Amino acid sequence: MSFSPRNLARSFLLLELLKGLSLTFRYFFSTKYTIRYPEEKTPMSPRFRGLHALRRYPNGEERCIACKLCEAVCPALAITIESEPRKDGTRRTTRYEIDLFKCIYCGFCEESCPVDSIVETRVHEYHFENRGENIMTKEKLLAVGDKYELEIAKDRMSDALFR
Amino acid sequence: MPEFLISFLGLFPPEVARVGEILIKIAVILIPLLTVVAWYTFAERKVIGFMQVRMGPNRVGPRGWFQPIADAIKLMFKEVIIPAGANPVLFILAPIISMGAALAAWAVVPFDNGLVLADVNAGLLYILAMTSMGVYGVIIAGWASNSKYALIGAMRSAAQIVAYEIAMGFALVVVLMAAGSLNLREIVLAQQGGILHWFWLPLFPMFLVYLIAGIAETNRAPFDVAEGESEIVAGFHVEYSGMPFSVFFLAEYANMVLISVLATIMFLGGWLSPLEYWLPERWMATFPLGHGWHWFVLKTGFFMFIYLWLRATFPRYRYDQIMRLGWKVFIPITLVWILVTGIAIVIQLGPWFDKV
Repeated sequence: MSFSPRNLARSFLLLELLKGLSLTFRYFFSTKYTIRYPEEKTPMSPRFRGLHALRRYPNGEERCIACKLCEAVCPALAITIESEPRKDGTRRTTRYEIDLFKCIYCGFCEESCPVDSIVETRVHEYHFENRGENIMTKEKLLAVGDKYELEIAKDRMSDALFR
Repeated sequence: MPEFLISFLGLFPPEVARVGEILIKIAVILIPLLTVVAWYTFAERKVIGFMQVRMGPNRVGPRGWFQPIADAIKLMFKEVIIPAGANPVLFILAPIISMGAALAAWAVVPFDNGLVLADVNAGLLYILAMTSMGVYGVIIAGWASNSKYALIGAMRSAAQIVAYEIAMGFALVVVLMAAGSLNLREIVLAQQGGILHWFWLPLFPMFLVYLIAGIAETNRAPFDVAEGESEIVAGFHVEYSGMPFSVFFLAEYANMVLISVLATIMFLGGWLSPLEYWLPERWMATFPLGHGWHWFVLKTGFFMFIYLWLRATFPRYRYDQIMRLGWKVFIPITLVWILVTGIAIVIQLGPWFDKV
């Protein structure tokens, strides 16, 4: 520590402290960035990766063909698929489950899907109250897909140029 | 005191009536004080939030104003855990000592001319004695918790309080030299004559030393190494939960309010109006402009805001720097200023020191 008059004057006049205080005082009056969450929400990208859904074709046929690419690509091993041929000879899943506790919402399943069946929707405000509810079964995934189909289709459309 | 209370107390024997009167006065001081303390915690979160460009608590009640009530209810219903190996008697006693010391000092605080519970001649000494008692609560809490972190926190805060007590004491010695009295009411009256006659101007370095030492005394940021979340979790009250914890919490905030009040009395002329010198005599008798407790409240609020402002601005001091500031900077400054003030009093330097 040097005892030059300049340094002494600087520290005894508390100049640096006053500078800091004036800064915080200015911010005291500035507009706040807080978003009052349930009432206000941030804008959301169409690429948002939230709750998963299985989609259907417009005629009601489920898109998934049980190719198991999503199961293979899933880095968290969250997807379990079992499949067998249906009566009409097409290959379909008998079981399609995503463990949401394992899932890291990376979106690889959606990227790998050749028929745009498994998608991640904008839905992110969900919770579980009982053990086992974290497993998204095929029925639950299809139900989510049916419920949000309009939004899902719109988001895919708006992003189609870049995919 | 209102008529009906006086006639009510007249029903009892004089000794009982006297005790009853004092109890009523204590309640009249403590109930507003504890209310202020409760909402001071809310003000702290709001002010710091605003300075960090966010809103702070705004969920409970309109704009978050019921937050302290929610906090109080939560803390009251929490379990009081006494750790294994702790000394249960001292463990419970420690927060009571802290709180008692923080509240007892209010007995001699003059809110207005004559508006004081006990007009003690040695009021300043009484205040110093009472605020020093607070450190016992901290040390006992640290020791009785049977926890390393609590003990480290208690040791830190004890060393810090002792170091800054000296600088603070010297700053107050300068004040009493200038005022010529230990009585808080007379200290305020010695500052009569408008904003430029208050002691903050002639004793400006002592004003700063007192403010900073006061922050260190109450273990507040940026001198809150006794809590030091990053190193020792929460310091001396790590092991406390529920009501004992909230009593410590309230004691800390009551101490902050007390230090603000003392700074008001000692350096900003207590209940005196800042416009005294400039205003015509007859205006001084009107309510908002003349002397009165509202000036006292306003000035105290100003210091309370400074506490929060400093906390929002400065990072925590390193421990050796705290000790250096206390022992090697503040004590020499105060000693020099005692000399300067002594000379000023001897040569009767006006307008501050010609009355002594």
